[in-house]
Amino acid sequence: MENQNSKNSITMEATTENLYQAMDFVDAQLEALECSPATQMRIDLVVEELFVNVAHYAYAPGTGSITIEFETENDPKAVNITFEDAGIPYDPLAKEDPDVTLAAQDRQIGGLGIYMTKKNVDDISYERRDGKNILKIKKYL
Amino acid sequence: MKIEKKLDGTKLTVALEGRLDTMTAPELDKEFHESLDGITELTVDLAALEYVSSAGLRVLLSAQKVMNKQGEMVVKNVNEQIMEVFEVTGFTDILTIQ
Repeated sequence: MENQNSKNSITMEATTENLYQAMDFVDAQLEALECSPATQMRIDLVVEELFVNVAHYAYAPGTGSITIEFETENDPKAVNITFEDAGIPYDPLAKEDPDVTLAAQDRQIGGLGIYMTKKNVDDISYERRDGKNILKIKKYL
Repeated sequence: MKIEKKLDGTKLTVALEGRLDTMTAPELDKEFHESLDGITELTVDLAALEYVSSAGLRVLLSAQKVMNKQGEMVVKNVNEQIMEVFEVTGFTDILTIQ
Protein backbone atom coordinates (compact mmCIF):
# COMPACT_ATOMS: atom_id res chain seq x y z
CA MET A 1 0.00 0.00 0.00
CA GLU A 2 3.13 2.17 0.28
CA ASN A 3 2.68 3.88 -3.05
CA GLN A 4 -1.06 4.16 -3.04
CA ASN A 5 -2.42 7.67 -3.07
CA SER A 6 -5.20 8.59 -0.69
CA LYS A 7 -7.99 11.08 -1.04
CA ASN A 8 -10.34 12.61 1.53
CA SER A 9 -12.80 15.42 1.30
CA ILE A 10 -15.00 17.59 3.47
CA THR A 11 -17.93 19.81 2.51
CA MET A 12 -19.15 22.61 4.71
CA GLU A 13 -20.79 26.00 4.58
CA ALA A 14 -18.27 28.57 3.40
CA THR A 15 -18.40 31.01 6.29
CA THR A 16 -15.46 32.44 8.23
CA GLU A 17 -16.93 30.79 11.37
CA ASN A 18 -16.01 27.45 9.77
CA LEU A 19 -12.40 28.44 9.03
CA TYR A 20 -10.92 26.45 11.91
CA GLN A 21 -12.94 23.39 10.92
CA ALA A 22 -11.41 23.61 7.44
CA MET A 23 -7.92 24.07 8.86
CA ASP A 24 -8.37 21.22 11.34
CA PHE A 25 -9.39 18.92 8.49
CA VAL A 26 -6.16 19.72 6.62
CA ASP A 27 -3.91 19.83 9.71
CA ALA A 28 -5.01 16.41 10.96
CA GLN A 29 -3.91 14.88 7.67
CA LEU A 30 -0.65 16.83 7.52
CA GLU A 31 0.17 15.65 11.03
CA ALA A 32 -0.49 12.05 10.02
CA LEU A 33 2.01 12.58 7.18
CA GLU A 34 4.56 13.94 9.69
CA CYS A 35 4.76 17.19 7.80
CA SER A 36 7.31 19.68 9.20
CA PRO A 37 5.87 22.58 11.24
CA ALA A 38 7.30 25.09 8.76
CA THR A 39 5.59 23.42 5.79
CA GLN A 40 2.39 22.99 7.78
CA MET A 41 2.31 26.69 8.54
CA ARG A 42 2.73 27.51 4.84
CA ILE A 43 -0.12 25.16 3.95
CA ASP A 44 -2.26 26.60 6.77
CA LEU A 45 -1.73 30.07 5.32
CA VAL A 46 -2.84 28.84 1.90
CA VAL A 47 -5.94 27.13 3.31
CA GLU A 48 -6.89 30.22 5.28
CA GLU A 49 -6.52 32.58 2.32
CA LEU A 50 -8.37 30.40 -0.16
CA PHE A 51 -11.14 29.44 2.26
CA VAL A 52 -11.70 33.02 3.38
CA ASN A 53 -11.76 34.20 -0.23
CA VAL A 54 -14.66 31.83 -0.92
CA ALA A 55 -16.37 32.71 2.37
CA HIS A 56 -16.20 36.43 1.60
CA TYR A 57 -16.89 36.59 -2.12
CA ALA A 58 -18.22 33.44 -3.75
CA TYR A 59 -21.83 33.62 -2.60
CA ALA A 60 -22.07 37.19 -1.29
CA PRO A 61 -24.42 38.43 0.03
CA GLY A 62 -25.71 34.88 0.62
CA THR A 63 -23.83 31.76 1.60
CA GLY A 64 -23.11 28.41 0.00
CA SER A 65 -20.92 25.40 0.34
CA ILE A 66 -17.27 24.65 -0.22
CA THR A 67 -15.65 21.28 -0.72
CA ILE A 68 -12.04 20.75 0.22
CA GLU A 69 -10.35 17.68 -1.14
CA PHE A 70 -7.06 16.48 0.26
CA GLU A 71 -4.98 14.07 -1.74
CA THR A 72 -1.57 12.66 -0.98
CA GLU A 73 1.05 11.51 -3.43
CA ASN A 74 3.95 9.34 -2.45
CA ASP A 75 6.73 9.55 -4.95
CA PRO A 76 7.77 12.26 -4.34
CA LYS A 77 5.75 13.01 -1.21
CA ALA A 78 3.27 15.77 -1.94
CA VAL A 79 -0.21 16.95 -1.10
CA ASN A 80 -2.80 18.24 -3.55
CA ILE A 81 -5.57 20.32 -2.02
CA THR A 82 -8.58 21.32 -4.11
CA PHE A 83 -11.11 24.00 -3.17
CA GLU A 84 -14.41 23.84 -4.98
CA ASP A 85 -17.34 26.24 -4.76
CA ALA A 86 -20.40 26.91 -6.89
CA GLY A 87 -20.31 30.68 -6.44
CA ILE A 88 -19.81 33.45 -8.96
CA PRO A 89 -16.92 32.85 -11.38
CA TYR A 90 -13.80 34.16 -9.72
CA ASP A 91 -10.18 33.49 -10.59
CA PRO A 92 -8.00 34.86 -7.77
CA LEU A 93 -4.90 34.11 -9.85
CA ALA A 94 -5.95 36.66 -12.45
CA LYS A 95 -5.31 39.44 -9.96
CA GLU A 96 -2.09 41.37 -10.40
CA ASP A 97 0.51 40.82 -7.67
CA PRO A 98 0.85 43.68 -5.20
CA ASP A 99 4.11 45.64 -5.24
CA VAL A 100 5.80 44.29 -2.12
CA THR A 101 8.63 46.81 -2.35
CA LEU A 102 6.48 49.87 -1.61
CA ALA A 103 6.75 51.80 1.66
CA ALA A 104 3.99 51.46 4.26
CA GLN A 105 2.33 54.71 3.21
CA ASP A 106 1.92 53.52 -0.37
CA ARG A 107 0.99 49.94 0.38
CA GLN A 108 -2.41 48.68 -0.67
CA ILE A 109 -4.34 46.57 1.79
CA GLY A 110 -5.57 44.01 -0.73
CA GLY A 111 -3.91 41.29 -2.74
CA LEU A 112 -1.42 40.16 -0.10
CA GLY A 113 -3.22 36.95 0.74
CA ILE A 114 -3.25 35.51 -2.74
CA TYR A 115 0.33 36.69 -3.27
CA MET A 116 1.41 34.77 -0.15
CA THR A 117 -0.57 31.79 -1.36
CA LYS A 118 1.32 31.72 -4.66
CA LYS A 119 4.65 31.98 -2.83
CA ASN A 120 3.81 29.15 -0.46
CA VAL A 121 2.84 26.45 -2.96
CA ASP A 122 4.71 24.53 -5.65
CA ASP A 123 1.84 24.67 -8.11
CA ILE A 124 -1.51 26.43 -8.25
CA SER A 125 -4.22 26.41 -10.89
CA TYR A 126 -7.74 27.71 -11.39
CA GLU A 127 -10.48 26.24 -13.49
CA ARG A 128 -14.15 27.07 -14.02
CA ARG A 129 -15.98 23.84 -14.75
CA ASP A 130 -19.64 22.80 -14.53
CA GLY A 131 -20.57 26.04 -12.81
CA LYS A 132 -17.83 25.64 -10.22
CA ASN A 133 -14.67 27.45 -9.25
CA ILE A 134 -11.94 24.85 -8.82
CA LEU A 135 -8.71 25.96 -7.25
CA LYS A 136 -5.99 23.38 -6.91
CA ILE A 137 -2.67 23.62 -5.13
CA LYS A 138 0.27 21.26 -4.89
CA LYS A 139 2.87 21.30 -2.17
CA TYR A 140 5.83 18.96 -1.88
CA LEU A 141 6.49 17.84 1.67
CA MET B 1 -5.26 35.14 20.56
CA LYS B 2 -4.31 36.91 23.76
CA ILE B 3 -3.50 40.62 23.70
CA GLU B 4 -1.58 42.08 26.61
CA LYS B 5 -1.08 45.83 26.88
CA LYS B 6 1.38 47.79 28.97
CA LEU B 7 1.20 51.56 28.98
CA ASP B 8 4.03 53.74 30.24
CA GLY B 9 3.23 57.42 29.59
CA THR B 10 3.01 57.67 25.82
CA LYS B 11 4.79 54.36 25.30
CA LEU B 12 2.64 51.36 24.64
CA THR B 13 3.71 47.73 24.46
CA VAL B 14 1.31 45.22 22.97
CA ALA B 15 2.21 41.55 23.38
CA LEU B 16 0.41 39.02 21.20
CA GLU B 17 -0.01 35.36 21.96
CA GLY B 18 -1.45 32.66 19.71
CA ARG B 19 -2.76 33.16 16.20
CA LEU B 20 -3.22 36.42 14.35
CA ASP B 21 -5.56 35.34 11.56
CA THR B 22 -8.89 36.10 9.88
CA MET B 23 -10.78 35.31 13.08
CA THR B 24 -8.60 37.23 15.54
CA ALA B 25 -7.23 40.16 13.48
CA PRO B 26 -10.39 42.27 14.08
CA GLU B 27 -9.72 42.15 17.85
CA LEU B 28 -6.24 43.57 17.41
CA ASP B 29 -7.50 46.16 14.95
CA LYS B 30 -10.08 47.31 17.49
CA GLU B 31 -7.43 47.40 20.20
CA PHE B 32 -5.19 49.65 18.09
CA HIS B 33 -8.12 51.91 17.20
CA GLU B 34 -8.89 52.36 20.85
CA SER B 35 -5.38 52.76 22.25
CA LEU B 36 -3.04 54.44 19.77
CA ASP B 37 -4.30 57.94 20.39
CA GLY B 38 -1.40 60.04 21.72
CA ILE B 39 1.08 57.14 21.66
CA THR B 40 4.56 58.08 20.44
CA GLU B 41 6.26 54.72 20.87
CA LEU B 42 4.50 51.49 20.04
CA THR B 43 6.23 48.17 20.65
CA VAL B 44 4.58 45.02 19.33
CA ASP B 45 5.99 41.95 21.04
CA LEU B 46 5.50 38.79 18.99
CA ALA B 47 7.42 36.37 21.25
CA ALA B 48 4.35 34.20 21.82
CA LEU B 49 2.78 34.62 18.38
CA GLU B 50 2.60 31.35 16.47
CA TYR B 51 0.96 32.30 13.20
CA VAL B 52 0.17 35.36 11.14
CA SER B 53 -1.89 35.47 7.94
CA SER B 54 -2.60 38.32 5.54
CA ALA B 55 -5.49 39.47 7.74
CA GLY B 56 -2.96 40.00 10.54
CA LEU B 57 -0.49 41.71 8.24
CA ARG B 58 -3.17 44.22 7.26
CA VAL B 59 -3.66 45.20 10.90
CA LEU B 60 0.10 45.57 11.47
CA LEU B 61 0.33 47.66 8.31
CA SER B 62 -2.44 50.01 9.39
CA ALA B 63 -0.83 50.42 12.85
CA GLN B 64 2.46 51.22 11.10
CA LYS B 65 0.70 53.86 9.00
CA VAL B 66 -0.79 55.46 12.10
CA MET B 67 2.53 55.41 13.95
CA ASN B 68 4.42 56.87 10.97
CA LYS B 69 2.37 60.02 11.57
CA GLN B 70 2.74 60.25 15.33
CA GLY B 71 5.92 58.48 16.43
CA GLU B 72 7.53 55.12 15.97
CA MET B 73 6.64 51.48 15.98
CA VAL B 74 8.95 48.58 16.72
CA VAL B 75 8.20 44.89 16.30
CA LYS B 76 10.27 42.58 18.45
CA ASN B 77 10.86 38.90 19.21
CA VAL B 78 9.78 37.67 15.79
CA ASN B 79 10.21 33.90 15.46
CA GLU B 80 11.65 32.25 12.38
CA GLN B 81 8.38 31.20 10.77
CA ILE B 82 6.72 34.56 11.21
CA MET B 83 9.87 36.24 9.92
CA GLU B 84 9.48 34.17 6.77
CA VAL B 85 5.98 35.56 6.27
CA PHE B 86 7.34 39.09 6.75
CA GLU B 87 10.10 38.40 4.22
CA VAL B 88 7.83 36.99 1.51
CA THR B 89 5.49 39.97 1.76
CA GLY B 90 8.19 42.63 1.97
CA PHE B 91 7.11 43.48 5.53
CA THR B 92 10.73 43.29 6.64
CA ASP B 93 11.18 46.62 4.82
CA ILE B 94 8.01 48.20 6.19
CA LEU B 95 8.32 47.24 9.83
CA THR B 96 11.17 48.07 12.18
CA ILE B 97 12.07 44.64 13.47
CA GLN B 98 14.31 44.24 16.49
